[in-house]
Parts: sequence; C-alpha cells; structure tokens
Amino acid sequence: MTLDHFQLQQLWWVLLSLVGALLLAMTFVQGGQTLLWTTTRGEQERTLVVNALGRKWELTFTLLVLFGGAFFAAFPRFYAVSFGGAYWLWMLILITFVLQGVSFEFRNKAGNLFGPRGYEGFLFLNGSLGLLALGAAVGTLFTGGSFVIDGSGRMSWGTPLHGLEALLTPYNVILGLALVLTARVLGALYLIQAIEAPNLTERLRESAWKNLLAALPLILFLLLRWHGMTGYGYAADGAIVAVAGKYLDNLIALGLFGIGFAAIGLALLAGGTGMARFTPVRGGVWLAAAGALLFGLALFLVCGLNETAFYPSLLDPAASLTIRNASSSRYTLAVMAWAALSVPLILGYVAYVWRLMGARPLVADEVKNDPHHSY
Amino acid sequence: MMEAFDPAAVGWARAQFALTAMYHWMFVPLTLGLSCLLAFFETFYFRTGNPEWKRITRFWMRLFAVNFAIGIATGLILEFQFGTNWSHYSWMVGDIFGAPLAIEVLFAFFLEATFFAVMFFGWERVSPRFHLFSTWMVAIGSSLSALWILVANAWMQHPVGMTFNPDLARFEMQDIGALITSPAAVTHFLHATSSSFVLSALFVLSVCSWYLLKGRHPRLAVRSILVASVFGLLSSLLVILSGDQAAYDAARFQPMKLAAMEGLYQGEQPAGLVVFGLLNPDKQPGDDRPTFRHPLHLPFLLSLLANHRLDSFVPGIDDLLYGNPEQGIEGVAEKMARGREALAFLSRYRQARQHGDAEAAALNLEAFRQIEDRLGFAYLNHPEEAVPHVPTLFYGFHVMVALGFLFPLIFLLYLALAYRGRLSRHRWLLRFGLLLVPLGFAASQLGWVVTEMGRQPWAIQNILPVHVAQSSLAATTVQSTFFIFLALLTLLFIAELRIMLNQIRIGPEEEKR
Ligand code: HDD
Ligand code: HEM
Ligand code: HEM
Repeated sequence: MTLDHFQLQQLWWVLLSLVGALLLAMTFVQGGQTLLWTTTRGEQERTLVVNALGRKWELTFTLLVLFGGAFFAAFPRFYAVSFGGAYWLWMLILITFVLQGVSFEFRNKAGNLFGPRGYEGFLFLNGSLGLLALGAAVGTLFTGGSFVIDGSGRMSWGTPLHGLEALLTPYNVILGLALVLTARVLGALYLIQAIEAPNLTERLRESAWKNLLAALPLILFLLLRWHGMTGYGYAADGAIVAVAGKYLDNLIALGLFGIGFAAIGLALLAGGTGMARFTPVRGGVWLAAAGALLFGLALFLVCGLNETAFYPSLLDPAASLTIRNASSSRYTLAVMAWAALSVPLILGYVAYVWRLMGARPLVADEVKNDPHHSY
Repeated sequence: MMEAFDPAAVGWARAQFALTAMYHWMFVPLTLGLSCLLAFFETFYFRTGNPEWKRITRFWMRLFAVNFAIGIATGLILEFQFGTNWSHYSWMVGDIFGAPLAIEVLFAFFLEATFFAVMFFGWERVSPRFHLFSTWMVAIGSSLSALWILVANAWMQHPVGMTFNPDLARFEMQDIGALITSPAAVTHFLHATSSSFVLSALFVLSVCSWYLLKGRHPRLAVRSILVASVFGLLSSLLVILSGDQAAYDAARFQPMKLAAMEGLYQGEQPAGLVVFGLLNPDKQPGDDRPTFRHPLHLPFLLSLLANHRLDSFVPGIDDLLYGNPEQGIEGVAEKMARGREALAFLSRYRQARQHGDAEAAALNLEAFRQIEDRLGFAYLNHPEEAVPHVPTLFYGFHVMVALGFLFPLIFLLYLALAYRGRLSRHRWLLRFGLLLVPLGFAASQLGWVVTEMGRQPWAIQNILPVHVAQSSLAATTVQSTFFIFLALLTLLFIAELRIMLNQIRIGPEEEKR
C-alpha cells in the first residue's frame, strides 16, 4: 500500500493530534505539582506526592519533546514560524520546563542552593504558568499568529511582543486556564490511585471535583465560542480564505471523531471524577484520562483536518499554514510513518512498566526506608 | 533572499547555541558512560550475588541520577532552539534534519525515560532480572540517542542524501539510508560515545582517588577503579582510532577545517605534521610570514593522517582560499561567483514559472542544476569569511589529541596498581587523579569546539552559511535570552555541582547487617 502526499499529510496530522492528546492526558504531572502546596498537609505528604509524580514526570516531558520533534519532522514550516515568531511565549514555556527537569531530583538533596521550597516553587510555576502558556500556544492554532512569509520562505513576525500577545486574547487564556484546571483534576485522580494515605486521599477527592466544576464551564465556553468564530480554509480555487464558523463545521463534519470524541471525552472526564468523588473507587483516573485523551484528539483534529488552516496568519491569510503547505516532502513523511510503526511497541512497554511499578500504591514507609533512591 | 542580515543577532544566536550546547555536553558524556558502568556493576551483582556490587551500583546510580536530570533539562533548550533561533534553518532543512531528531525521541528518549524510573525506584518493585534489564535499557537508550543526534550533526558537517527543491527554496531528503551510513555519522558517533566513556571512567577514577586519599570506602574505590580503568582503557583505544578516522573524514569533506586544525597555510606534498608549535599571531592568509615559532615538525605524517598515503598532497588554507589550479582546487572567490550565477538562474526560473513560461523555466532550471553545489557560496560577502578561526582550531585540536594519548597511559597505571593492591601507596598519583575530571572535560569540550568552529562560516557545510540560517529577530531579543539562559543554567549548574559534591561526601550507604 502506498499513500500519496496528501494522505500522508493527513496521517501525520492525526499522529500529531494523538501525541498532543496523550500529552494532555499526561499533564496530570503538572496538575499534581500545583496541588503540592494547596492540598497536602505536612512534609510527609508533600514528599509522597513528589515521589509519586517523580516516577512519571519524564514521560510527560518526553511527550513534549516528541511533540516538538514530530512537528519539526512533519511540518517544519510550523516549527520555523511558531517557534521563531512567537519567541517569548515558547521561551516562557521552555524555561518552566527546564526548571521542572531538575526540581524532582534536586528538591531533597543537601546543598541544592534553592532549598526544598524553592524547587517546589519551580514545580508550581511549571504546573501553573507553564501550562497556562502552553495552553495559550495551543490556542494560537485557532486564533492565529502575526506572521508573513516572503518569496524565499523567510518569516517575519508582526508584533514586538513576539508571542506574548497570545496571552492577551481571551480565547487563548481561557484555553490555558481550562488546561491548568483539567491537569489539576487529573493530577488529583492520579495521586488518589498512586498513593496510600487516607487523609490526603479524602482531600484529593474533594479537590478533583472542585477543579472539574471550575473547568467544565471554560471548556463549554470554548466549544460554544466556535459558533461564529472565524477560521481559515481552502476555497474552491485553492486560495486560503476566512470562513465563519469553520471550527464548528469541522466538529460536526468529523462526526464520531469530532463531536463524538468531544462528547464522550467530556462524559468520561466527568464520570471518572464523579466516581472518585462519590464512590470509594481509586481508578477514576483511567476513565478521566481516557476522556481527556479523546477530547484532546477532537480538539487537534478539528483544527487541522477538513481543509483547515491549523495556524492562521493574522497579517496575510494566504500565508496561513495548512497541512498541505507546511509539511515535509512525501519521502520524509513516508520515512517518518515507518518510524511511527514503533509507537505501538513503545506504548506497549510503557504500559507494561507502568503496571509493574504501580502494582501496589506508594506508602510513606517505602520512601522512608530507601532515602537514597527516592526524591 | 539577499536582504541585510543583522550580524549582532547572529553573534548572539551563536553564543546562545554554544552556551547551551556546552552546558548540555557537561552532563551528556557522564550519562553515556556512567549508564554503561552501572550496567556492568549490576551485572556483576546479578552474577555473583555479592552485596558489595549492589552497594557500588547504588552509589554510582545516585550520582548518575543527579547528572541525568540536568542533562534532560538542558537538552530541551537545544531541541527547541532550532526553531526559536534558527528558524530559517528549520525551514530550509527541516525536511531532512527533523527526522533524526524525532526518531531519536521515539527510539531512544522513551527507553531512557521509562526504564530510568524502574532502575532508580524499582529495587523493591520488580524482579532482580527485570531490574538488570532496565539498567541495560537505560545504557542502550542513551547510546541510541547519541547515535541519532550525531547522525543529525554529522549531516551538517557532510550533507548527503538530499536535493534542492527550487519551488519551495528548501532542501528535501531523498535517502535516509545515506544519512545514517554516511562515514561522517559513523565516525562522529563512535568518537563522541567512546570519548564520553573515557570521560566517565576518569570521573570514577577521580572520585575514588579522593576516597583513597581520605582512607574512606577503600573496597568500593578499588573495585570501581578496576572496572572503570578497563572500560576507560578500551574506550581510549577506540577514541584514538575513531579520532584518526575523523581527521581522515575532515580531509575529504571539510579540508578547510583540517587545514586550520593543523595550522597549514601552504599546501605540501608530502605534508608534515606540526606536533607542537606556537602560532605566529600576525600570520594572515596569503602572506609569506612563517606560521609557527618553534615548531616540532614530523615529515610525512600529515599526508598519512589526512589521506592515508605517505606522498599525497594536503591542501593548505591558501590553496583552498585562493585556488590552486595545479591541484584542481577552485578558490572561494570563483565559488562565490558561481554561486551568484546559480542564484540568478534560480530567480529567472521562478519568474518564468510565475509567467507560465515553461520552456524558459526548464532552461534556467537546467542551468541552475549544473552549478547548484555552489549555491551556498552566493551568500558569503568576502572570500576570507570561509576561513575558520585558526588558533582556536589548532590549539583546541592539539590539546585534545595530547590528552587522548595521555589518558590510556593513566588508565594502565591505575589498572596495574589497583590490581596489585598498591594504589594507596602512590599518593602522588591519587592527587593527580583529582585533576582527571577537569582534563577529561577539557578534551571533550574542545572536541566540540573544533568540530563546530571548524565548520564556520557554515551552519551546513558549503550549503547554508550561519547568518542565513537564523531567525528574523532583533539582536536585543536574542541577547536577552542569552543572558537569561546564562543565569539560569549557571545557577542550576552550581546547584548540581554542590549536590554532587555532597553526595560524594556522604558516600555509599552503610552495609546492611
Ligand atoms: C552524544 C550525545 C548527545 C548529543 C551530541 C546531544 N545529546 Fe541531547 N541527550 C543525550 C545525548 C546527546 C542523552 C545522553 O541521551 C540525554 C542526556 C540525559 C538524557 O536523558 O538523555 C540527552 C537529553 C536530551 C533531551 C531530553 C530528552 C528527554 O526528554 O528525556 C533533549 C530534548 C535533547 N537531549 C536534545 C538534544 C539536541 C537538540 C542536541 C543537539 C543539538 C543534543 N541533544 C545533543
Ligand atoms: C553537545 C555537544 C555540542 C557542543 C558542545 C556544541 C558546540 C557548539 C559551539 C561551540 C557552537 C558555536 C560555534 C560558533 O558559532 O563558532 C555551536 C553551534 C552550532 N551547533 Fe553545535 N555543539 C554540539 C552539538 C551539536 C549538535 C549535535 C548539533 C546538531 C544536531 C549542533 C548544531 C549546531 C548549530 C545549528 C549551531 C549554530 C550554527 C553555527 O554556529 O554553526 N551542535 N555548537
Ligand atoms: C588521539 C586522540 C584523538 C584524536 C586523534 C581526535 C580527533 C578528533 C577530530 C579530528 C575531531 C573533529 C572531527 C570533525 O569535526 O571532523 C574530534 C572531535 C571530538 N573529539 Fe577527539 N580526538 C582525540 C581524543 C579525544 C579525547 C580524549 C576526547 C574526550 C575525552 C575527545 C572528544 C572529542 C569530541 C567530544 C569531539 C566532537 C564530537 C565529534 O565530532 O565526534 N577526543 N576528535
């Protein structure tokens, strides 16, 4: 079976959407980091939470790196335009993730310069500001960026804020906030499942529910906002033009993969959280994470498929990026598609190790008995 | 494409890349080498059941983890920097360059991330066999990541397997096999990994020398030294072999780099090697001043090194810069002229396409294809730009090579004395041993300086000059992020260093009774 260039472009948008959606589901790490100060009581609980998250943070981090790397390989023009243009927004995100990268390991070590509270602060920053900015960056896939591209492919950016203006657009900020709150829901649910500490668990159940109640209206707002919101798409003559209500059209046009995934996703997210709140079940996180995954998939698919510009230019609609004009050559996409055949294998071993390591929940004694190999 | 570029912005972007890459490379070599050593130690434990090996494994694993975390954090900046600071580069060659980066994440980073958690936290959660397997997976994963990133970097030194797409004004990949099996990729991979193994073996020697000087943990120290010096010795040999191959590659693919590394201005046949010497600071390309003061000169050796033939011609900087018709070498000025012609054909091709003149388009494209390998030279402003900074390359290269011959001797000495149980008596050696970490880092960092500075002015050899590769950003913007990263990375590095020293001071866990 050989796929033509456009089929490969679609395949790669679907794969990227999957990575983005997995990343969304895995932001429970960041969400958990923000709970560190609000939901735990005392050093012991904090250390438990850090250790439970510390077993997983690298997976989330690596997904972020994969998201960047796969965009680079499959849609290099987006990589060039967005990172080179929305410079300060990405720098902000990067810096908070660099801080996260050392914080788990360094937090509890002698001589660590910033003290345990310092590193907890970094973790909080990554989970709050970092995710907010990441959400806003995803928002710009809908609201666009201020770029123009000249005849030789060189891009220039139209605002001196170089990306920070994304934080002035309500749509992006609301998406960012929704991401932070959802991450907190997932974080609380993950910790309920991963840790054995009755008092903490009660507070986590409460927290998951409250954050869900705060997140839902924002998510619904985003969906409703699509009604009448302008997107960009191909006209019959191949030009890229503004289309009112484009995203809502896409949501419906994609059927199960659009409105279906979004609705099932939200239901699972709410169902999983409800289970955690109203029953003694500990596995609500699985339902909720699956929900976040489906919802994330719908979000990304809606923004790139169905002849839509996934990164509109606010200055020159014709320069907007689509999966056709931003992609790699057919050869490269095909090579990468072969490489992507490894994804099931990777998911397989990640899942196997996850089960093996999570066979029993983490308890305070385990950390206390092995201070040399815990965070 | 010929708009004015901001030289200050290029400067800051380069400085930022150098800063972040050199910080990343403070931690990467230790990750590469220590992960292998951990796998050896744990294999001994698994085979013998001797708890002393477990203590050894767990002790080095703690140091490994501290280093690993900051290695990951610094890598993130590098990855995204291609987009943020080199956005035109990302567009021009993303079709080729993005693939190895993405494949690296898939094939290597997930292995490292998944199995690190088992290795570090899984002692009581998984079977000893699976634990050992995980430790090996971390080691294999980190070497795999080195493989893919060096495929990417080697491609910048010696671009292969691609073609220029005149409609999109970018390069496209045609053969990924050619990228992976490119001699430059193989050599760089072997040299960068083996030199990292050497560096981490030196690290073990330094830490253990300190313990022996203080009379602490002698059993752990001696056993660690035995394993590390065997590992270091074998790796040193591979370093020398692959280093020789690297010079041979440079002669074929980047002769200007080689000439600068050797301080060779006028080509010679046969060419001798200057082993030591002080460069004359007034020497300029094209003048008659002597290049060296007090050179120690060995005849024939450079011909042998560069071409593997005793009587062969090795071109010097002047030959490559001004041309040498006798040897069939085209000068840079001519290459620039050809490059500008190529550019003119390209723009006429584009115009013809726009006006729907298929015939003219085909003619101009044909003419462009004849000389397209000179395209990159169109963007140079003066021929002299094509010469990299000679003193940096000459001294950097020579110090690296000198250390490269010193290290195997040191491993041999440590091995012999440790084997006979006499190490503690030779306090002078142990004191010198404390210096091994800085010396190893010096060699390793200088290696990259030679590789990267020697490629100047090109981001991609002969294809894309650095100033064309950058993003359209104001110099002040890039300058700001340079200082932000300088502050951030330096603070984190100080924290890491203090934690490392504290962990070494704390030492291994008490033996369980
Ligand atoms: C020869 C080896 C080598 C070289 C030249 C580089 N790296 Fe590296 N990198 C590694 C070897 C490595 C490693 C040993 O595999 C690390 C260190 C810690 C780790 O987990 O993997 C790593 C980590 C690491 C990470 C974090 C991975 C994660 O999510 O776990 C990123 C994003 C990069 N690197 C990216 C880069 C880029 C863009 C480079 C060049 C421009 C680069 N590295 C040079
Ligand atoms: C981790 C080891 C590395 C070190 C220590 C290192 C060091 C450096 C240095 C010192 C420079 C500045 C050169 C100059 O401007 O004069 C540089 C530039 C650069 N390097 Fe590397 N490098 C490393 C790995 C890599 C790899 C693996 C790649 C590609 C995959 C790469 C790509 C680049 C690019 C794109 C630039 C900027 C353009 C340029 O100045 O040529 N580097 N690096
Ligand atoms: C006899 C010994 C050695 C020789 C002949 C040698 C040769 C070389 C050459 C020619 C290059 C440049 C490759 C190029 O840009 O084309 C290089 C790069 C490098 N060297 Fe060495 N080297 C030696 C020892 C060492 C030692 C001891 C270390 C560190 C412990 C080291 C670390 C590096 C590194 C990290 C690079 C950059 C990565 C790469 O280009 O592969 N080298 N070496």
